[in-house]
Amino acid sequence: MNVLLHQVLSGLATGGIYASVALALVMIYQATHLVNFAQGELAMFSTYIAWSLMQAGLPYWAAFFITVALAFALGVLIERVIVQPVENAPILAVVIVFIGLLVIFNSLAGWIFSYTIKPFPSPFPTAPLFGNSYVSSHELGSIGITLVVLALIFVFFRFTPLGLAMRAAAQNPVASRLVGIRVGWMLALGWGLAAAIGAVAGIMVAPTVFLEPNMMAGILLYAFAAALLGGIDSPGGAVLGGFIVGVLENVVGAVLGTELKLTVALVLIVGVLVVRPSGLFGKVLVTRV
Amino acid sequence: MHEPTLSNRRALLSRGQLIGLALVLALACALPFVVSNYRVFQFTLALVYAIALLGLNMLTGFNGQISLGHGAFYAIGAYTAAILMDKFGVPYWLTVPVAGAVCLVAGFLFGLPALRLEGVYLALATFALAVAMPQLLKYKGLEAWTGGVQGIVIVKPDAPPWTGLSQDQWLYFVVLGFALALFAVGWNLLRGRVGRAMVAIRDQPIAARAMGVNTAMVKSMTFGVSAMYTGIAGALGAIVIQFVAPDSFTLFLSISLVVGIVIGGLASISGAIYGGIFIQFIPNVADQISKAAPWAIYGIFLIVFMYVMPTGVAGFIRILVGRLRRGRDR
Amino acid sequence: MARLLEVRGLHAQYGSTKVLHGMDFGVEEGGITTILGANGAGKTTTLRAVCGMVKTQGEIVFAGERIDGRATESIVRLGVAHAPDGRGTFVDLSVEENLRLGAYTRRDKAGVAADFERMYGYFPRLKERRLQQAGTLSGGEQQMLAVSRALMLRPRLLLLDEPSFGLAPRIVQELFEIFRAINQRDRVSMLVVEQNAALALQLADQAYLLETGRVVVSGSAETIRGNEAVRRSYLGY
Repeated sequence: MNVLLHQVLSGLATGGIYASVALALVMIYQATHLVNFAQGELAMFSTYIAWSLMQAGLPYWAAFFITVALAFALGVLIERVIVQPVENAPILAVVIVFIGLLVIFNSLAGWIFSYTIKPFPSPFPTAPLFGNSYVSSHELGSIGITLVVLALIFVFFRFTPLGLAMRAAAQNPVASRLVGIRVGWMLALGWGLAAAIGAVAGIMVAPTVFLEPNMMAGILLYAFAAALLGGIDSPGGAVLGGFIVGVLENVVGAVLGTELKLTVALVLIVGVLVVRPSGLFGKVLVTRV
Repeated sequence: MHEPTLSNRRALLSRGQLIGLALVLALACALPFVVSNYRVFQFTLALVYAIALLGLNMLTGFNGQISLGHGAFYAIGAYTAAILMDKFGVPYWLTVPVAGAVCLVAGFLFGLPALRLEGVYLALATFALAVAMPQLLKYKGLEAWTGGVQGIVIVKPDAPPWTGLSQDQWLYFVVLGFALALFAVGWNLLRGRVGRAMVAIRDQPIAARAMGVNTAMVKSMTFGVSAMYTGIAGALGAIVIQFVAPDSFTLFLSISLVVGIVIGGLASISGAIYGGIFIQFIPNVADQISKAAPWAIYGIFLIVFMYVMPTGVAGFIRILVGRLRRGRDR
Repeated sequence: MARLLEVRGLHAQYGSTKVLHGMDFGVEEGGITTILGANGAGKTTTLRAVCGMVKTQGEIVFAGERIDGRATESIVRLGVAHAPDGRGTFVDLSVEENLRLGAYTRRDKAGVAADFERMYGYFPRLKERRLQQAGTLSGGEQQMLAVSRALMLRPRLLLLDEPSFGLAPRIVQELFEIFRAINQRDRVSMLVVEQNAALALQLADQAYLLETGRVVVSGSAETIRGNEAVRRSYLGY
């Protein structure tokens, strides 16, 4: 029982990471119907930026917030400069551009920061809270930060005019223009937010998996699985999917061994796509013949 | 971005094209005798990649099914050859068609669920396949066959004594032979009814179905054949490199293949050759700058080509030749 | 007095298909102009052209400023509201969110709140369904929502694309009476595209008849209403 509880709580911690990245993916998908394959590498690169800032002497939280702001700016820049020109190109061209971004950020990180694995600090104490044996302070703190970020995003979209405009632009760009919304900039903002969320996810996961250029590949895969499970156009679903996938990964891993974790993700992805492509909460897409 | 459909059956090959082809062939045969063994090895690999790229191009370029995971089929072909040679003593030249058959089936099987996936979703599923592959290959349960993390070492085949060729030269000609056969078959396939059906499905799937094309069958078969080509390439590659290990078949191999068809030219047969040369030699050159440099170059080229040269090198050459011809006719 | 909207030599095309071939028309300040014609004549395209939603050649002048070639969202910000064919509602958002989006570009909170009340006053059914998803409204209600959304901009010029389409006659009457009220009380100028010629000619001051992208008859609504020959050949009644 103890072991199960530990696995579940651990799973919630990683689940929070998956939920964040999945949310970032869904945000971009909702607005553009595109899957951002470069999401993981962007998050990884942002984490390296945080690392550099800390190496330069900045305290953890200063580095954290500056990184998130920089990631936001980077996301906006990428959308305006690289993604927007191919917006209406055939899907293959867009996928290729995303893969290009993935590769560029991966190699940039390797080139600037080298491929050696680096430790990354956690802002939370090493001693577990109340001396409990189920969940480390970092895991708990990670869950907390994730939930705060998700709550902020929810409030932003639900209750602010800008959030409403972004939702509108994602759903119906034509009608949005008719009320004066600058749809292009809404997209850029979406990318910025997605990049910022990704940065938080990267910073939270780096202490556990260690900082190296390929650290996000497996996480991205699980985030895809989570987003598909929850419904690729449902933000709430993506978040729930993230936590489910996190717990599932840990529990299944404890039973079957950790060696086939990625294969499990693959099976999940293909399974959801084939059996129920709209996931748990997404809209069923009917293509008119 | 889409290449016009292939020339009609009657005009087989113009005289100019035949001469050009003969010239290239002569050059290809002369090559191993004028460069060092190491260069021969490199050119052999370029040919191997060209075969793999033709496979991927069939699926993605001609048939419009995006695969970010073809490295997986390359791996399956490579491991099939390695296991057959290492554990069962099968002669190297026999492992190649077997690898092809295995991948034909594997590709067809993967193509079946893929029927329900379009565009981005298929890209996603194949992406997952590529990321999961190395871990699968390292799996302890399969270690007895795959050699686990260590992989399998293969003995390099000797050239038959009557040829007087070095090992590298002999392998070059073996691969060249396979390449010629596979390209000829592929060219015939893509020029004919099947090829037209593939392109029709890519461009106008609904109209194609309305005209009686069995889209499901064509798409699954294309997946199978495409996997077969890439699997054969994988087997040949394993023989040439004499080694298979899980970390040779990561996501980045699949991405290299995509780079190859983009640079070479989507929906282009000659493009496979340009692409093969590109992905074989660029890393060699760029590696000297830094370990990360080849990938940075790949990434930049991918994006730049999409903006500037979406039909790839093959398309660019076609445009050039077209301009030259028009200039001459004036 | 210069007209609020002045259009000269308007050509418009979708891709390579030309739809409008040199139209001239306008809307007076405080007036209502209607554009009539059969299906395919190019009426919807005309409104889209004014909004910058299609490729155009020619001059479109709004309140003295050239707006041809400008992006839709910047034209809207000048005070042009468009209730398009197909309604253009945000089907996944609530009625209230739809209205709020109509006022997206406005900074005057008090004015927006007042306008909310006014819209609910014109269309009580919308108030009842405030929190409902717009996609679940009936056809008539969606049309009311589309018009209200456009009015939330407090536009100087309101473009209406076939407002009577698919609505029961009684509702259409109510709607057109509200249009008249809005025009007279709030001084909103209107450009109304309609297939229901009789109704439109009753509402409008000026009328233009469109046939395959060209203006074939123009004049005051009263004159055209009275001209039986024109009515018979072009308007079918």
